[in-house]
Amino acid sequence: MIRAVIVMNTQGKPRLLRFYEFQPPEKQKELIRSIYGVLSSRADNVSNFVKTDAIFGQDTRVVYKHLATLYFVFVFDSSENELAMLDLIQVFVETLERCFKNVCELDLVFNFSKVLLAVLDNFNLCNWLKKLLFDN
Amino acid sequence: MAADASTVGSSASSSGGFAPFLVDSLFQRSLDDMIKALRSAPGGESSLIHRLLAEIRREIRSTDSDTKFLALQKLTYLSSLYFLDMSWAAFHALELLPSSVPAFKRTAYLSASLSFHPSSTDLLPLATHQIRKDLQSPNPSLSSPALHLLALSSSPDLALHLSNDLLSLLSSPRAAVHVRCRAVITSLPVLRLTPDSARTFLPKLVEALSPSSPLLSAAAGIFCELVCSGDPRPYLPLAPDFHQVLLECRNNWILIKILKIFARLILLEPRLKRKLVDPICELMRRSPAKSLVFECLRVVFCSFPDEETAFQLAVEKVKEFIAADDDPNLRFLGLHALAMLQPGQSWAVEENREAIVKSLADPDPNIRHEALRLIMNMVFENNVVEISSLLINYALRSDPEFSNEILDAILVTCSRNFYELVLDFDWYVSLLAEMVRNPHFMKGEEVERQLIDIGMRVKEARSELIRVARVLLIDPALLENQFLHRVLSAAAWISGEYIQFSRNPLEIVEALLQPRTSLLPSPVRAVYIQAVFKIVTFCFNFFVNAGVLSDSKCNIDENTGAESEDSSDVTTFKMESLELKKLLTSKSIIHILNLIVTALVPLSECNEVEVQERACNVLGLVLLLNGIEWKTDDVDWRIDGKIREIVTIMSSAFSEELGPVSMHAQKRVLVPEGLELKENLSDLDEILRNNDVPSSLSISFSSRIHSHNEDKEESEPATESTSLLAEHRKQHELYYLPTDKDESGSNEHPRENDVTNAVSSEKTTNDLLKLTDQSLVSRLTKPAKPRPTVVKLDEGVDLPSSSSKYVREPTGDLLSGAVRDVLFYGDETSPTIQNTLSENYTQRKANETSTISNVDSLLKDSSSPREREIGSSSSRKNKHHSQGKERNRNTRKNETKEEKGNRSSARSSHHHGKHKLKQRVESGDPSLAKAPQTQAIQDFLL
Repeated sequence: MIRAVIVMNTQGKPRLLRFYEFQPPEKQKELIRSIYGVLSSRADNVSNFVKTDAIFGQDTRVVYKHLATLYFVFVFDSSENELAMLDLIQVFVETLERCFKNVCELDLVFNFSKVLLAVLDNFNLCNWLKKLLFDN
Repeated sequence: MAADASTVGSSASSSGGFAPFLVDSLFQRSLDDMIKALRSAPGGESSLIHRLLAEIRREIRSTDSDTKFLALQKLTYLSSLYFLDMSWAAFHALELLPSSVPAFKRTAYLSASLSFHPSSTDLLPLATHQIRKDLQSPNPSLSSPALHLLALSSSPDLALHLSNDLLSLLSSPRAAVHVRCRAVITSLPVLRLTPDSARTFLPKLVEALSPSSPLLSAAAGIFCELVCSGDPRPYLPLAPDFHQVLLECRNNWILIKILKIFARLILLEPRLKRKLVDPICELMRRSPAKSLVFECLRVVFCSFPDEETAFQLAVEKVKEFIAADDDPNLRFLGLHALAMLQPGQSWAVEENREAIVKSLADPDPNIRHEALRLIMNMVFENNVVEISSLLINYALRSDPEFSNEILDAILVTCSRNFYELVLDFDWYVSLLAEMVRNPHFMKGEEVERQLIDIGMRVKEARSELIRVARVLLIDPALLENQFLHRVLSAAAWISGEYIQFSRNPLEIVEALLQPRTSLLPSPVRAVYIQAVFKIVTFCFNFFVNAGVLSDSKCNIDENTGAESEDSSDVTTFKMESLELKKLLTSKSIIHILNLIVTALVPLSECNEVEVQERACNVLGLVLLLNGIEWKTDDVDWRIDGKIREIVTIMSSAFSEELGPVSMHAQKRVLVPEGLELKENLSDLDEILRNNDVPSSLSISFSSRIHSHNEDKEESEPATESTSLLAEHRKQHELYYLPTDKDESGSNEHPRENDVTNAVSSEKTTNDLLKLTDQSLVSRLTKPAKPRPTVVKLDEGVDLPSSSSKYVREPTGDLLSGAVRDVLFYGDETSPTIQNTLSENYTQRKANETSTISNVDSLLKDSSSPREREIGSSSSRKNKHHSQGKERNRNTRKNETKEEKGNRSSARSSHHHGKHKLKQRVESGDPSLAKAPQTQAIQDFLL
């Protein structure tokens, strides 16, 4: 299961947060800070997986993608495939691209709820975009 | 946003005479306004947020839905990105739910899903009716957010009330496919909240599992989640369905999910492997999707170690992954997959040795970490020496973080299970000392623990420990590094405890008292002083006794000269003691005592109690010794009772050997009579309450000490300038050890851990590669000398095993119980479900006749030998299988008994009935073609 989707900028400011398991606000803040600490210390040409057992708990994995000024982070558990998640981030970004034409950080800032509702939740809960990608 | 304009218009028209509303909404900030305000005030954000929240709180109470909508929208934004709790707004979100404007409704649902959390769903029942209405709506834009709310923040009550609506939505052919998919997914949280609804939901979900169903992707996801997060046992009957999907589906996403499910089911039913090997090999060969191939690899490595072809294929694929130079993700996953292999298959790791060792120099920390883990997994008794030494050399050239990771890996591996890998403790102890020389060394605590642990457990290692401790203590440069203080503390303790193995105790005392020990934290200093105490006691004891025994000893030497030459141990001991005797003259002892007085007198007024107390102890001893006449060369004083008495008492205080303590030592101690351990201590509260004053005193006391400490730290900065140091050396030449470095003329302190010969990392890896070439190959060489005994206590205690457990203990959660009821005993618990299930089954049967699927042929294959068996010609294989089946059936019966003991009689009679039924099916009774679902599984598995 995907546990959380996080989009934040390279300064560690969250731009889009969705926790699919309830987390109290203070906990969210702490999680964001620690994941940012991990991500910001990583070079650009390294793998997209991070070991975050200490942050999100046992049996969780994190895949992220660094694009322009944003980190796209997916937190998931052992019932998801790492590479599939990476593809999913790609699909997510492509969807945003299609919605906003040349998407940038500001688009996310000013269309927060639109992205959250129309793009992310739809696509995460319904799999229909996954199908778009994975159907041969 | 457009809402801005509409707000003004509509509120002006709707509010009419209510002037406050008009004013409010006229000047209400829109979401964009708020975001702009937040962005333009980055400094005073928190005060702005505070103001905005106050505004929102006012606006959200408005009866005007536009105002409320905007307020809610702003609140959602703030709470999501600025981590504010918005559970207080739950009611307002519900108020907006019935709105007919889709945008309002969506926002209301979104904010409701954010404001309800598992502990606060009291208000949620208020929304039941509205959610139901929206679920039934044919408009996907209304039903989707409703489903969303249900999925994310539902309560058991709500789930129970709405489960029927959800069910009708997911089975309704009229609804849009993506809404039905969403409904399927929403059924997961609903199932978790109300396990009883499994009876109604599971048949529908199983139906969706057919390869032609449009809901297949959602259903596969649901079942994967159910199987992976709980007890997989109840889902075993669905194996044929999953298998069919595996064969027919071409969607990678779904295939991954199915493979995940099978990975769990195989653990319960190993016979599934035979059916899975071919399709999985096929996928590995054909599929261009790396994600799917990786999933296959995972299944093969974890579950199919004995399937030759599949395993070989998987190893080839892993090689491709690891060789992917342009993609660090694939390299990482390749190494990660290798780490899943069980010890029996280490040849596969061996084949990739070169790539693994190269990966140690990868720029990606993940890849380095995996490579290190793989290498450490290949460490055995015969190569631990080489690999560890190589890695330690490699760590010298790595970046600080990875360097410590390497050291940590070595420490953990070598100390595993009471140092089972270490044959030569002399080597290991010197390895620990070498580690300390690493410029990035930060594993002080672990090295400290291991040094002391080895000292206590391994007698044979003590002389080497003393040698290492001497080297560490004597180097003034090490005192600067705060990460080494713990190690130095261990070294000091060892030098005090095992001083009898030292060749030159006086040298160690000098080292322990060197002026730069002021850099140490006080607990470590206390250990230093205590070690001085022990060493002085030892020296004096030796000095007194050696004088007394000298005559008799000489005699023994002459008499048994031949014998002593035979046993080299005795000779070396004698040599050493002779050396010691030469060393410990009255002159040298006086020198040491003077040194102690000079060094410790200032400390007897130290504000750290531990240091002060120990310093006073040592000074007391010195005073005592100085008070007695012993400094003459005259022998008489040695026989004098007084000094002997002191010496004997002092040395007996330290002579008892300290050993490791058993984990259960505390338990073995009997509780003394009259000691109440379990009595209520509530009386103490009163006493503590009365003692407010002393406690505050103690606080002020400790804070005083603290401030002193700070002063001290300020006055003695860790980095002293070299000129000051030189001056210091000139003044206190006496205390500085005559080291080689000093003689070379420079009065500079050597920088500790100076890595002068920095070699390019590429070259190092190549060296490493070359060397590991030999060392990773396991050689069966006899160790040169027998392994010393390691004192172990708690032999019977289970140590945490390093091997990861893939099989999670089945949790007896309610949901899996309910699912088991439906899938295993469905025919009995609810007849309607059985009808759907069997209909489903027969329907599939009908399909199969047209398209001969593999499952069908499987079923045929497996049924034909059984018929033969009935017809009395039975091969051994069949027998074995039928036994297996019998066992399976028995275990199932047992489960039934365990679970529903009170209904066992009814159950068993049912089983008898079912058994009969089965026999009739087997004998080919056409009237019973409508076999129960469980029957199909048994056929499939055989």
